[in-house]
Amino acid sequence: MREFDYARADSPRQAVSTHGESEQAAYLAGGTTLLDLVKIDIMRPDQVVDINRLDLNEIETLDDGRTRIGALVTNTALARHDRIKNEYAVLSEALLSGATTQLRNKATTAGNVMQRVRCPYFRDGVSSCNKREPGSGCAAIEGHNRSVHAVLGTSEHCIATHPSDMCVAMAAIGATVAVEGPDGQREIDFLDFHLLPGDAPEREHALKPGELITHVTLDAPLENSRSRYLKLRDRASYQFALASSAVIVTLDGDTITEARVALGGVGTKPWRAHEAEAALKGQKATEATFQKAAEIAMQGATPYAHNAFKIPLGQQAIVRNLTTLTAQEDRRTS
Amino acid sequence: MSDSIIGAGPIGSGPRRIDGQRKVTGAAPYAADHHPDNMAYGYGVFSTIARGTVTGLDLDAARQSPGVIDIFHHDHFPELHRSPASFAQGNKVEETRLPFEDNHIYYEGQFVALVVADTFENARAAARKVSVSYKSSDAIANLDQGVKAHGTTSGSGNHERGDAAGNFDGAAHSIDVTYTTPVETHNPMEMHASVASWEGDRLTIFESSQGVVVQRNALAKIFGLPPSHVRVESPFIGSGFGSKLWMWPHAVAASAAAREIGRPVQLVVPRPQMFTTTGHRPETRQRLRLATDESGRLVSLRHESINTTSFTDQYVETCGSVTKSLYSCPNLLVSHETTQVNRGTPTSMRAPGAAPGLFALESAIDEMAHEIGVDPLEFRMNNYADRDESLDLDFSSNHIREATEKAAEKFGWQDRNPEVGSMREGHEIIGYGMAACNWEALKRECEARVSLRADGTAFVTCATQDIGTGTYTIIAQTVSELTGLPLEKVTVRLGDTSYPAGPVSGGSWATATTLPAIAAATREAIKELKGYATSEKGDFKDVDSDSLTFENGQLTHDGQRVDYVDVLKGQRLASADGHAHTKGADDKYSYRSFGAHFVEVRWDPGISNLRVARVVSAIDVGRVINSMTARNQVEGAIVMGLGMAHFEATEYDARNGRPVNNNYAEYVVPVHADQPPEVEVILLDYPDLAFNEFGARGIGEIGITGMAAAVANAVHHATGKRIRDLPIFKEKLMENVPDVPSA
Repeated sequence: MREFDYARADSPRQAVSTHGESEQAAYLAGGTTLLDLVKIDIMRPDQVVDINRLDLNEIETLDDGRTRIGALVTNTALARHDRIKNEYAVLSEALLSGATTQLRNKATTAGNVMQRVRCPYFRDGVSSCNKREPGSGCAAIEGHNRSVHAVLGTSEHCIATHPSDMCVAMAAIGATVAVEGPDGQREIDFLDFHLLPGDAPEREHALKPGELITHVTLDAPLENSRSRYLKLRDRASYQFALASSAVIVTLDGDTITEARVALGGVGTKPWRAHEAEAALKGQKATEATFQKAAEIAMQGATPYAHNAFKIPLGQQAIVRNLTTLTAQEDRRTS
Repeated sequence: MSDSIIGAGPIGSGPRRIDGQRKVTGAAPYAADHHPDNMAYGYGVFSTIARGTVTGLDLDAARQSPGVIDIFHHDHFPELHRSPASFAQGNKVEETRLPFEDNHIYYEGQFVALVVADTFENARAAARKVSVSYKSSDAIANLDQGVKAHGTTSGSGNHERGDAAGNFDGAAHSIDVTYTTPVETHNPMEMHASVASWEGDRLTIFESSQGVVVQRNALAKIFGLPPSHVRVESPFIGSGFGSKLWMWPHAVAASAAAREIGRPVQLVVPRPQMFTTTGHRPETRQRLRLATDESGRLVSLRHESINTTSFTDQYVETCGSVTKSLYSCPNLLVSHETTQVNRGTPTSMRAPGAAPGLFALESAIDEMAHEIGVDPLEFRMNNYADRDESLDLDFSSNHIREATEKAAEKFGWQDRNPEVGSMREGHEIIGYGMAACNWEALKRECEARVSLRADGTAFVTCATQDIGTGTYTIIAQTVSELTGLPLEKVTVRLGDTSYPAGPVSGGSWATATTLPAIAAATREAIKELKGYATSEKGDFKDVDSDSLTFENGQLTHDGQRVDYVDVLKGQRLASADGHAHTKGADDKYSYRSFGAHFVEVRWDPGISNLRVARVVSAIDVGRVINSMTARNQVEGAIVMGLGMAHFEATEYDARNGRPVNNNYAEYVVPVHADQPPEVEVILLDYPDLAFNEFGARGIGEIGITGMAAAVANAVHHATGKRIRDLPIFKEKLMENVPDVPSA
């Protein structure tokens, strides 16, 4: 096999120092992305730093009402956590809509943030792919691009979707990513964490070389809000979203007072739809309002040969989610 | 033969699989679970182009990689012989070209080298260090490109009667429609795998195989050996769906490598290459032209299909096989053509021909009924054939009308409002659709051996296979039925060419083929036992053996009962043995199975979600031997059929012929959450005693036939959209999808 050095870290600091600033080093958490991609020879680390022994398994409520999630909290543990289920339903639902029980039991919070794309041209090791081999081109743009390719945030260099459901919910909730690196600790706004492909799709996130995610801290839940994740796909389970929406709203009577909307399956990164939110705020919760917001959310979308349906599908993910959410009794006050 | 096989025993009841516990506890060894001493591991290097030649192989880095023993390729591979690939001679292979025969590339994912090393990891790592240079040509990537580039070649299974063309023009009603189906890939859970070992000039191979005898014969041809020098073992299979009927190149590569290096070699086909080098259901294009008279009786029916095949072999997907005989029509034409593309050789996938063929035919029947304003159920009732007009024979047993009526009643077809989109609940539009299903009943010759042993057990051997369908269990039921021994006293061994030759597990013929041989061998063993009992030293020495009866493990005559174990022990005999060799089906009748599917779909236009909510199927397959495994076969086929209807398609890049969704995540098959909340299977259970003494016709394939059409017809009822191109992806049903021309 391709040889790599393996080290088990006992502290974040030790992990960071073992990892160093090499591009060829990788942190190992649940391994559901890294080990898969190593096995198919797409990722070829020469140093693997196992961080599974780090003490990053807690979900804590901070004094300011925010919720701090340790990097190693599994998707299952996060989805089943009482506070997450009650205060951040959209996140719990997003997690449970992803992958399978077995994968969720292994996959971690930080690992999910770092999930790589599912584009077959990235994964085949042969086709042109600017992520895998910068400057080689993008085989997907004129290739087969139905299910795991984006219509928002694409560039002429890459059109792969970010595959995570969890991240879509986090983009709607608002969060910061705490990292520790060679230069110490810092926080990155969640919406700035994932990068658009632009002309450098190999750069997928805002981490500097060697930086390790230690926590994701969710903004305090919006008071009296209701939230929901709606994922649309071909089969009913174990498939990446063709389009999904994470929606959080607060209502005063039938007027929308606050709205957060993020989209999955359609964007090259977890896609926060600020303009759509603005179009909802202060408006009556009617289908016309939802439809208008949905159209705004998908404005500027670029369809490709096989994924043009994602434009109306993305709109449907927003409209139906808002329709259901605004129609239901507030679960926390009932 | 009378109906006497069926007594009070276990035939027709529903015992659990006798091999079930071994499977769920991990005690059942599958092919790659075998690790003979000193075994080495192979890993393939696969072509990354679909058409061209290998111009160079740089092996230096791979050779220096740890643990590498040898690297085989077209300039370093023993000279072998092709198998003539004859079904009749029992040495069929689907892809006749041998691995590494020359430097030509016919499809992406073709073996171009095989690295053999001391461990799996070392073999794989070294395989990735092999650098291959190609001279690439423009690939023929799909059916349209194939037809455009070089047209079509005539296939087999064609049929013509009357004057279909002459009776089409001027008919009262007619339709002319074309349907297409994509490549579907079998995707059994267990990978194709070979573990090959040589002792001198004798080869033993563990293989995940649906046909050990045919593989043995083919390997014997390829290596120039007498068949007796080759042993193929496949006691357990993690399913095959047809992809493991005939041997594929990996088995030849593993066997040759093992001989060359003088060590056993294990070779597992990786999942991506299970989309390329182990067969698939080919892409089809089918033109249907139907015409009826004023009363809605078919007067002309043409079913003309083209399917893709490889550049190395012609595989014909006989889409019109059912069309020949399902409906009564004096003027009928069925034709099959193929076109070559740069894909591996296709092969049978569950209900070959009929599955894509009935999607087209049964959709067209629905369209025809809609065209003339007749309920599609009534249209079928008016047109079902009462005898096989293609063979000019009576059906041995045909209860399709009853099946259709029973399923319709159970389903509630009479509640269907025929107006499109008229039935709603909440966000969802409800659609009802139906289709007939049909499959040929086949029976092959078969040998079997049964020993009634002095330890009170029966021991049964046959070189057929249990591919997960329950063959072990129904064989034990048969021996139990005839001997009175309880199931747990019957040991069944299958999947080993050292046993008497049995059939390939395919074509839904395993039950009808093996059980008569098992029964005959059991009777032979009983006869031998009676011979011992009536011999000089026997307990019944003055009795005529024909007047002895054998029941519940005892020989009886005139009130005297002796346990058969005591008969054997009394003469120091280990067993009484029976061997049988039974024949294939005769041609006195047309033997077919029949049925009908009724499907309710739910289309939620607000989120573009299609789901299958309810299925009722009535199936007429003759006598049911095991009600549990039989029902399981039909239910599984229904689910596979709904996957075919709206999920499954192997997608190829049109620029280079490379499959792009070659994994379990992106090749979408139904998961548990897609199972319809209600599935009702009605088994009519009319014994077909003209076919065999059990009256059983086989049940593995019929359930998938017609399912895709039933779904598509229900989709039309819900949405008004006639989807003639599988799968029924949501975008085909959505409005307002921007049109983006393919690059």
